[in-house]
Amino acid sequence: MTIASLLASTSELTDNTGSKTAIVLMTRVRLARNLAGQPFPGWAKPAQKSAIMEKCREAVGALTPLKRGLSLTVSELTDLEKQILVERHLISRELSNATQGSGVVISKDQSFSVMVNEEDHLRIQVLRAGFQLKKAWNAIDDLDTALEEKLDFAFSPTLGYLTACPTNIGTGLRGSAMMHLPGLVIAGQMEKIVRSVNQLGMVVRGLFGEGSDASGSIFQISNQMTLGESEEEIIKRLTNVLQSIIEHELNARGKLLEADAGKVFDKIGRAYGILQNSHLLSSSEAMNLLSLIRLGVDLGVFPDACRSIIDRLVIEAQPGHLQYAQKGELEPGQRDFMRAARLRSEFANVAHPDFIFTTHGKN
Amino acid sequence: MNNPLKCDFCEKPATVHLTQIVSNKVHKVDLCEECAQKKGVTDPSGFSLADLLLKPSLNPEPATAGVRCEQCGFTQSDFKKLGRFGCPVCYETFKDLLTPMLEGMHKGTSHVGKIPHTALDRKSLNDRLNKLELDLNEAIKTERYEEAARFRDEITRVRQSVAEKPVRS
Repeated sequence: MTIASLLASTSELTDNTGSKTAIVLMTRVRLARNLAGQPFPGWAKPAQKSAIMEKCREAVGALTPLKRGLSLTVSELTDLEKQILVERHLISRELSNATQGSGVVISKDQSFSVMVNEEDHLRIQVLRAGFQLKKAWNAIDDLDTALEEKLDFAFSPTLGYLTACPTNIGTGLRGSAMMHLPGLVIAGQMEKIVRSVNQLGMVVRGLFGEGSDASGSIFQISNQMTLGESEEEIIKRLTNVLQSIIEHELNARGKLLEADAGKVFDKIGRAYGILQNSHLLSSSEAMNLLSLIRLGVDLGVFPDACRSIIDRLVIEAQPGHLQYAQKGELEPGQRDFMRAARLRSEFANVAHPDFIFTTHGKN
Repeated sequence: MNNPLKCDFCEKPATVHLTQIVSNKVHKVDLCEECAQKKGVTDPSGFSLADLLLKPSLNPEPATAGVRCEQCGFTQSDFKKLGRFGCPVCYETFKDLLTPMLEGMHKGTSHVGKIPHTALDRKSLNDRLNKLELDLNEAIKTERYEEAARFRDEITRVRQSVAEKPVRS
């Protein structure tokens, strides 16, 4: 299997979205695992690192969900290919910067990916469209148990799974959800939410994790602590936090419509106009416009089917994907031009916003 | 100020007071001008999280300062630099350093989650077989043939039990 065929096949993230994904776009669970008796990737000598990678890739590639997938070393990838995998959340930025002895195994539907020699020997990830934290955990638990038949993990009875950084020891589990929160952003309540989520031991980040911005009102919420709590407890606590954020978001939207529906509809209508007619769109402007259309879908202004177009574009309007589709590197200015062209053609067929029903419904 | 604070490192009066909140825990440091300079506190980019975490009580130097991991050669200053450990054995080597750090970092200090039973069973079996083989060789070398036969039978038995054992689901 090649990158090209991977991108051409249907994937969990771009083809599996429905009404269930209204506020939570996708959920992910990752487990950090290391081989017993081996130095962690950041401290291993090149020869050790290569040996670890071979061992891990062989064991991972034999697992049922990954057998027919794609197994890659980072050194064989072009910068553009790496960027695409980052944009699809299949590898991290850290892995894409790795020089030698690192790799990744990705399942055909792109719901499983296992990074080898990132911060830890193994970073196993399961990704599901929509709010499916429990399902993602069950899937990754099975995969991890199957892997345990082949590999000896570094494990201490008192500290659990041992990881390069002490912030990940114990379960090595990080659950996260990508949430679309335009209501809370427009209402200026995000800061308050971030603070209270932090107090519960959870973290809020931008779309691409640490340090990334939250354009398009998309945030990533994940647990911070991994030791002293079982996997099930972490998943349950995170689920509760996510549910409460969903409630706050719905409340914020309700209040915005009550206070000034005209203002909200104006934003949505303008976004539609720009997407249909503009000729230059930066990545972050496009994200913000798509976010408003997505809000429109949730409010019944656009048909439900529109949501899957948007969710695909959130991935495919990013710089790496655009350039890959054009089969070559583009200057940022050219990219903005291509992006606007792509969005114009996608939105040419999207029906005009229907504000009447919604306005009447509210009055 | 009838009772001026003293520097945490020397006896001079403290003029630099730093409060930092790390993982919901308050860490307070009082330093004199000179020590503050030395520790890089006045330079915000130079005062790293790892430094602060390593000195929760600000004892002059933790007991593990000169320790080197036997398995991988990692030292405490490597940890300060990288914020990550060298190998799984480092967790045992730098235990004293680690324990106070974990309290501020996690919900608890001991693991209550998943246990890799299959791998652990396999490891303890392998350890047992290795030990038996050593015993067997030793017995043959010293011509204790009766004992050697017993070790050989035991090895066969352990190997058989591995082969017959159903895979844990």
